Amino acid sequence: MHSYDYAVLLAFFALVLIPAPWLGRFYYKVMEGKRTWMSPVLGPVERGCYRIAGVDPGKEQSWQKYAVALLAFNLAGFLMVFGVLQLQGYLPLNPQHLPGQEWSLAFNTAVSFMTNTNWQSYSGEASVSYLSQMIGLTVQNFVSAATGLAVLVALCRGIARRSASTVGNFWVDMTRATLYGLLPLCLLLALFLVWQGVPQTFTDYVHALTLQGADQTIPLGPAASQIAIKQLGTNGGGFFGVNSAHPFENPTAWSNLFEVSSIILIPVALVFTFGHYVKDLRQSRAIIACMLALFLIGGGTALWAESQANPALSNPQVEQTAPLEGKESRFGTTASVLWTVTTTAASNGSVNNMHDSLNPISSMVALVNMMVGEVIFGGVGAGLYGMLLNVLIAVFLAGLMIGRTPEYLGKKLQAREVQLLVATLLVMPVGVLVLSALATSLPGPAAAVSNPGAHGFSQVLYAYTSASANNGSAFAGFGANTPYHNVMIGLGMLIGRFGYILPVLALAGCLAMKKSAPVGQNSFPTHGPLFATLLVVTILLVGGLTFLPALALGPIAEHLSMGF
Amino acid sequence: MNMPIPEVNAAPTSTAARTTFAALWRPALVQAFVKLDPRQLKRSPVMLVVELTAIFTTLLCFVPQNGVTTAVAVQIALWLWFTVLFANFAEALAEGRGKARADSLKAGSQGLTARRRNSAGRFEVVAASALRKGDVVRVDAGEMIPGDGEVIEGIAAVNEAAITGESAPVIRESGGDRSAVTGNTRLVSDWLLIQITSNPGESTLDRMIALVEGAKRQKTPNEIALDILLIGLTLIFLVVVATLQPFAHFAGGSLPMVFLVALLVTLIPTTIGGLLSAIGIAGMDRLVRLNVIARSGRAVEAAGDVHVLLLDKTGTITFGNRRCSAVLAAPGVTARELAEGALLASLADDTAEGKSIVEYLRQLHDFNEPAAALLTPVAFSAETRLSGVDFEQRRYRKGAVDSLLAFVGMQRLDMPAPLAREVDKIAQSGGTPLLVCVDKRLLGVIHLKDVVKPGIRERFAELRKLGIRTVMVTGDNPLTAAAIAAEAGVDDVLAEATPEKKLARIRQEQNDGRLVAMCGDGANDAPALAQADVGMAMNDGTQAAREAANMVDLDSDPTKLLDVVQIGKELLVTRGALTTFSIANDVAKYFAILPALFAAIYPQLGVLNLMHLSSPQSAILSAIVFNALIIVVLIPLALRGVRVQAASAAHLLRRNLLIYGLGGLVVPFVGIKLIDMLLTALQLV
Repeated sequence: MHSYDYAVLLAFFALVLIPAPWLGRFYYKVMEGKRTWMSPVLGPVERGCYRIAGVDPGKEQSWQKYAVALLAFNLAGFLMVFGVLQLQGYLPLNPQHLPGQEWSLAFNTAVSFMTNTNWQSYSGEASVSYLSQMIGLTVQNFVSAATGLAVLVALCRGIARRSASTVGNFWVDMTRATLYGLLPLCLLLALFLVWQGVPQTFTDYVHALTLQGADQTIPLGPAASQIAIKQLGTNGGGFFGVNSAHPFENPTAWSNLFEVSSIILIPVALVFTFGHYVKDLRQSRAIIACMLALFLIGGGTALWAESQANPALSNPQVEQTAPLEGKESRFGTTASVLWTVTTTAASNGSVNNMHDSLNPISSMVALVNMMVGEVIFGGVGAGLYGMLLNVLIAVFLAGLMIGRTPEYLGKKLQAREVQLLVATLLVMPVGVLVLSALATSLPGPAAAVSNPGAHGFSQVLYAYTSASANNGSAFAGFGANTPYHNVMIGLGMLIGRFGYILPVLALAGCLAMKKSAPVGQNSFPTHGPLFATLLVVTILLVGGLTFLPALALGPIAEHLSMGF
Repeated sequence: MNMPIPEVNAAPTSTAARTTFAALWRPALVQAFVKLDPRQLKRSPVMLVVELTAIFTTLLCFVPQNGVTTAVAVQIALWLWFTVLFANFAEALAEGRGKARADSLKAGSQGLTARRRNSAGRFEVVAASALRKGDVVRVDAGEMIPGDGEVIEGIAAVNEAAITGESAPVIRESGGDRSAVTGNTRLVSDWLLIQITSNPGESTLDRMIALVEGAKRQKTPNEIALDILLIGLTLIFLVVVATLQPFAHFAGGSLPMVFLVALLVTLIPTTIGGLLSAIGIAGMDRLVRLNVIARSGRAVEAAGDVHVLLLDKTGTITFGNRRCSAVLAAPGVTARELAEGALLASLADDTAEGKSIVEYLRQLHDFNEPAAALLTPVAFSAETRLSGVDFEQRRYRKGAVDSLLAFVGMQRLDMPAPLAREVDKIAQSGGTPLLVCVDKRLLGVIHLKDVVKPGIRERFAELRKLGIRTVMVTGDNPLTAAAIAAEAGVDDVLAEATPEKKLARIRQEQNDGRLVAMCGDGANDAPALAQADVGMAMNDGTQAAREAANMVDLDSDPTKLLDVVQIGKELLVTRGALTTFSIANDVAKYFAILPALFAAIYPQLGVLNLMHLSSPQSAILSAIVFNALIIVVLIPLALRGVRVQAASAAHLLRRNLLIYGLGGLVVPFVGIKLIDMLLTALQLV
């Protein structure tokens, strides 16, 4: 590593960790309808939205009503994207005259963007019109992130409130999350990206004659606005097929730094928002410490692995450096690894290098980041509510050892809560293992795998992990655009999204109703290094025990076969 | 908190006394096989899964498999059966201890008859089991009381040794706070008319039996929650193992079915799943041996959670009666004179106070005590409110300040100043001053005070470390109460307490989210007992209190509330410790089984064989054997319970995580390696 690499890492952590506490407090104020410095400007807009939609912002919902509103809103979003993608051939803003998508692809894409996954079985410039990108995909990029944030604040309220029957108003939470939480930051990032050279235009693709005399089509489009939310909303769906490795999506080292930092900015800030909800920032610090520890363990391992020479090529005649295959040479190893670790940790499906070419161990880091349920910062809202589920599991497992019924922040964890926790624990094993087992054992679907053996298995495993974890990044080398995989990956994304959201909302409702015991000397300590360690171990243990056999057959076997 | 749970002082009958391991293991072994019945195992889903896999593996022994010799398959099947049997054995052993006691009680109730009053007002003989709530029965001296009830007429002495182990008979009479009787106790004098208050199957005895019998026991809320988690983990591992075969096929290999089954059983939480029920039963058994009967396990668990203990001053914090703590002479009186006077004034006094004075003085001086025949006792009378003796024509008297001053014919203001000061000081400190005189001569003052039980202060300090606050409840005035509270080291006082004030205090604590435990005996305690999260009634109290409480202490010792808290905590800690241990074990099992399982497909995964187990077959067999044996090894811990020291939650967590979490990670690595060495040496694989 050079001084440049250290500078990148330092700048990345500074850009994320310095503004996060402030931003977290801002989000708390905004989501609770308190006055902020933005209120004079956005307040009238917010009230206008409620007036048009006929929503009474003062009226809160029970968790059931909240969940129904959320499902209805997501279904509507899905139908709209599905419709637009199929009908884009007849709709305006389609200068390339792209035809409508095939139904299974449209289904996959619509589910993918609704669930904040952004798995792409298509290539943007080749199959999606400007209109579809803007009113279909970009809109979902915003509202899927806002949905995650809404579910999170519902859970925060559930934990913080006492003997309450409501968890908030879905419509109000959605409006505030989008209006104050996402739009202003996206505007800033989009302007920055335009300055760095990302296109934002409605004009046709440019045709050029290269020096060799060949015809070249250079795709353009309203990219900057979508890329901003793609990163900030932990979406990751590229405007162009090769995503952030494309020079128009990620033109400079500066754009690379700001894009990668903006991926986890909001997830980190939300941990502080939680601390404000429960009036105890020590809780936030313990969770951040746990997330950072897992991030650094993964990042360190991947950086180490990517700096190893490939033993298969070892030969005294050949001088090897760190392998650069599949990496964007403009950014080099460190920035590529940082991107991979950050995106897989944070449920962002964007890539600036090809994961298929990663060293098996670093690809395992990416897999594990997703397999633990995208809780290492994770998606907007989704990461923290996933992490809080882990906190509750850790509290339930170890809480008994202090001789009391397990309690988190004064709320007792009883049969009902454990039932809901167990439901979420089953999501990843079912989504990843069952769907992968189906894909590998059916002859047709298995043929989509381009490599035999352990690497091929990693490809399948990665695809279904990415779907179930709502990450959306691809391992490449896997021909996913078949009706079978489109539908099944779509199913994985639905399981991964709503398999968490519904139990989390139910949990919010049932915690809100509980009385809260005073937190004191005899309550389970959920802050401090001991708890942070316990949390790290719980996450690794639960994830590890579930996925170690599968990982052994994929990246671990591949790593050992290469002769490391 | 190091509160040793006292062994029951006197076992009621000789049969129940034989609760030693030697007497228990044989029937437990038989029970272990009886419990193989899937209908019984249904209560423990994890073990049911193990039994199903054992059946499946037994069948697989007849099917030849690639890479597994029949000998190994048979051994795996056997050890799977052992796993279930060991768990059953643990449960049967836990049941055995409580059942031995319950059986002897049950035996006493068999064939019991009762004289029931029929509608015509005549008495007819019916079987005790035919009695229903509301029936009225007559019991005469020498007969057994046929069921729990309330005395509505008569007064009699009852021997409750069968239930409490206390051989001294107790008085039961209608009305007042001594009206409740318990079934299976014997009337030793007079007769009683009793109204039965429980239907068959609901009596104290039935409750006692139900708590310690696995099949009848109701699961506690935390046990249910833990069960759900264990089922969830089992499902996850079922998915993990079931998907391995397709993955192996994709990699171009195939995994032997027996190995997959073995992997499943080692991964699912069999250790805690097998011992969960034993832990619960053993906890209840510990309670029963303390002579506390809980209405349900739920209350015991809640006891582990309490934040506040409301404790009656009298009987719990102090000895019930006042004792002599000092004597102070009046001016011009020598210590010897006062001591002799006070001794003589108290020699004929049979009350606890009088005895305590004599005891105190005998320690101070050597006396030539006159023979009792020479004394003319003067008993306490409501008229004079004095007591004492006449001896050698001198009148020795002691009594309350005003009564004695009247006797010696002195005005309060004329009392010698130093003596008056002492009297005021005693009253202010919460004590009672008694004046002593001989004839008209004032000798001095005796300081009687409530004596705080030895060791109680330390126990409160331990509770405080665990974050539990103690509140002393007393009818005394605030001044007196504060003095005793300071001496006993309680955190708070509820002085001049009335039942209403008690109830209000409980409600207020509960509104703040705290759990409250209390004990009581009077009928007016019933509402508070019902309101409290843990209410313990005294067995010699009223039926109303016993109905309202969720626990009854047969020995009527309110201090036991502290032991109940301890048992509740131990119950939860034991469960948590074994759950953590069980899950942590899985790491080592993976490192044993995965390389063995995939040896044929990816031999390079042999790197994961950290323990260097000798062969794939021995690796898998070792893991299965370890998994079964660890249950046996942990039975004593499950039955005894993990000790809970007095320490903060953070300290307890750190300690238990190190022992059971880290221990759970390391122990199986060592255990599996040793078993592997043994199996290889014995050439079993």
